[in-house]
Amino acid sequence: MGTEMTGASSLVKSLEAAGVDVMFGIPGGAVLPVYDPLYDSKIRHILVRHEQGAGHAATGYAQVTGRVGVCMATSGPGATNLVTPLADAQMDSVPLVAITGQVPSAAIGTDAFQEADIRGITMPITKHNYLVTNPDDIPRAIAEAFHIASTGRPGPVLVDIAKDALQKMTNFSYPTSIQFAGYKPQVEPDAQAIRDAVALIAQAKKPVFYVGGGIIKANASKQLMQIAELLGAPVVTTLMARGAFPDSHNLHLGMPGMHGTVAAVTALQKSDLLITLGARFDDRVTGKLSSFAVHAKVIHADIDPAEIGKNRFADVPIIGDLAHTLNALILALQEEFKKNKPDLTVWWRQMSSLRAAYPLGYDKPVDGSTSPQYVIERIGAISGPDSIYVAGVGQHQMWASQFVKYEKPRTWLNSGGLGTMGYAVPAAMGAKVGMPDTTVWAIDGDGCFQMTNQELVTCSLNNIPIKVAIINNESLGMVRQWQTMFYEGRYSNTSLHSKRIPDFVKLADAMGCAGLRCERPEDVDAVIKEAMSINDQPVVVDFRVFRDAMVWPMVAAGTSNDEIMIARGIAPDWDSQEL
Amino acid sequence: MSTHTLAVLVENSPGVLARVASLFSRRAYNIDSLAVGPTENPDISRMTIVLNLDGHVLDQVMAQLYKLVNVIAISEMTDETTVKRELLLVKVNAGSKKSEISSLVEKFSATIVNEDGGFLTVQAIGEPAHIEALLAGLTPYGIKELVQSGLVALEKGSAALSDRTLSAQGISTLHEIGTQADYQN
Ligand SMILES: Cc1ncc(C[n+]2csc(CCOP(=O)(O)OP(=O)(O)O)c2C)c(N)n1
Ligand SMILES: [Mg+2]
Repeated sequence: MGTEMTGASSLVKSLEAAGVDVMFGIPGGAVLPVYDPLYDSKIRHILVRHEQGAGHAATGYAQVTGRVGVCMATSGPGATNLVTPLADAQMDSVPLVAITGQVPSAAIGTDAFQEADIRGITMPITKHNYLVTNPDDIPRAIAEAFHIASTGRPGPVLVDIAKDALQKMTNFSYPTSIQFAGYKPQVEPDAQAIRDAVALIAQAKKPVFYVGGGIIKANASKQLMQIAELLGAPVVTTLMARGAFPDSHNLHLGMPGMHGTVAAVTALQKSDLLITLGARFDDRVTGKLSSFAVHAKVIHADIDPAEIGKNRFADVPIIGDLAHTLNALILALQEEFKKNKPDLTVWWRQMSSLRAAYPLGYDKPVDGSTSPQYVIERIGAISGPDSIYVAGVGQHQMWASQFVKYEKPRTWLNSGGLGTMGYAVPAAMGAKVGMPDTTVWAIDGDGCFQMTNQELVTCSLNNIPIKVAIINNESLGMVRQWQTMFYEGRYSNTSLHSKRIPDFVKLADAMGCAGLRCERPEDVDAVIKEAMSINDQPVVVDFRVFRDAMVWPMVAAGTSNDEIMIARGIAPDWDSQEL
Repeated sequence: MSTHTLAVLVENSPGVLARVASLFSRRAYNIDSLAVGPTENPDISRMTIVLNLDGHVLDQVMAQLYKLVNVIAISEMTDETTVKRELLLVKVNAGSKKSEISSLVEKFSATIVNEDGGFLTVQAIGEPAHIEALLAGLTPYGIKELVQSGLVALEKGSAALSDRTLSAQGISTLHEIGTQADYQN
């Protein structure tokens, strides 16, 4: 028998029991009962300016800390504003718990004021969700939500609670254990699968570690380093895995995929064994699936059995937590290599030659304006690998994945799966809340920034001094790039005129931030250093950059990775490569 | 493409049918029929789902179903190892052909369950092929309306889907509750 209190108090006590230290949200009628006990709670609630900001902030917090991010909204429009961040978290496997108020249970189904069936709406975009109408069910729902969000393949869980359940009296006691009839993620890998994997690795002549975001989720970067050095095979890190393996490491060929390096893309294409670790054969990585890595056998290690064979057949599937899987693989390989170790000299000769011939690069703009890649490269170099970098979606995102050098996991955040414009500012806010002593840069597009910049008000008022670099090319650059390439340069609706309106410096100032502007390449370093010196308020830098810069290399959507272009219409000189 | 029948045990919780339907719809799996009903355990419902898909997609469908937290056990119901039945109610305008229809109905071990104003309502239970054959026989007489249950299937002999749940296999379904800190390794 627990202590008697309202459902709302029971919710707050449950969140405290789950170890929540911070949450992001906005109150409203249906969720209002929660805000009263929250007033007295030790949980820090950060009042955002849009619920989408609350959701992405919770994601940013979760991605840098590895903890569950928490956001809260009222019924109806508050809840629907969470839809985008929930879909985003589902795609990128981010552990979130979203709490929403719902209209009183008697009014459910009557089209009541601010009623939306958020459980129904979010079914396809959450790992699981709940509608709670009995206050006695609140602690268990919260305990289950945190457990589901953070175990197995992480993901968002929504708990929708009817207002009357929040108002009624109940007895609070937080469960010490919970029971699921069917939910039981497999943590330990199957021993036979490990043996099968070792047998494939021992025979491979061209193995590649194809590393996805799962490595970061599993906190298995150390094991990745160990196994990579043990086998000595090339490593490629996907957009979600940047930072899982140091960019400075000699085994690293960079990022594969649509805007990956020639070496990373080609390593996968020519490989005879993909050692796939927490990656999901996304179309942005494989290009045209039927022509992807056609000679490769596949070892596919993942915590989620549904990823096995979804896009690509796996010769050896290994279900389990990647840290456990890699520990087991490392032990077994050490034994195997006493007898026999693959000789990768020829394979490395090919890969080293490609890496040397096709490094990432960019041209200086002919008109003397600032190159966006240069700005991003300098931010990375000056702020260094201990900082956290959060990107929006577009060209700037790809450049931030290419030209910032990542050395550590959880230092690169972006919206990989959903590609959510507007992610950067609120996610950076959440990241800074999670890691207050770390420098957090949002590298944002002028388009993306205009979707969610209001959270800078939240940052200013709550002492969350993030730094925002707006890569201002006065256009929806990535879309414009596609128009350049596939629509004969017919720039329909991609001009933002954002070197004229809005004035980002004034906008920053109006939101309580320091606003800086950089218009010439020779000023880039000085402006970055000035931004680095301001730590008592958020900083926004309007970097005015060359409009026509393009992201290279590129594999056009739907084409084969073999068709990679290093510049418009230009393929690598395959003839000069021994492949 | 071929037809596959899945039996799925699910927790008897609100919204579980919507979850399964939503999964099939968003992953573009085509359902031929779906039947849901209670089981010997009041906390558990059983769904029988008939799908038309390529064989290798079946594993994927089952894996995706298992991802639903409320799904407890899944098994493919093959023709060899299971008994499959469908229920048909069909209304025929008998006119002067009542005796012909009656003998057809008898041949298919079906029954006439209602007779009203010259219309016969025929009930038949059987495997899908059996039901189809009866319908083909009745069609010339003029079918006014028909309704079919989805297919249901049960394993022959002692085998039971309920033996494949975690708890039936002796696997603990209890999870210790940690706090935020415990979930970081
Ligand atoms: C919410 C949303 N709407 C539309 C898109 C399609 N889209 C992808 S990139 C892009 C342009 C982004 O422009 P900007 O933020 O200026 O970045 P840039 O590409 O110029 O660096 C658009 C419109 C999207 N990804 N997300
Ligand atoms: Mg832009």
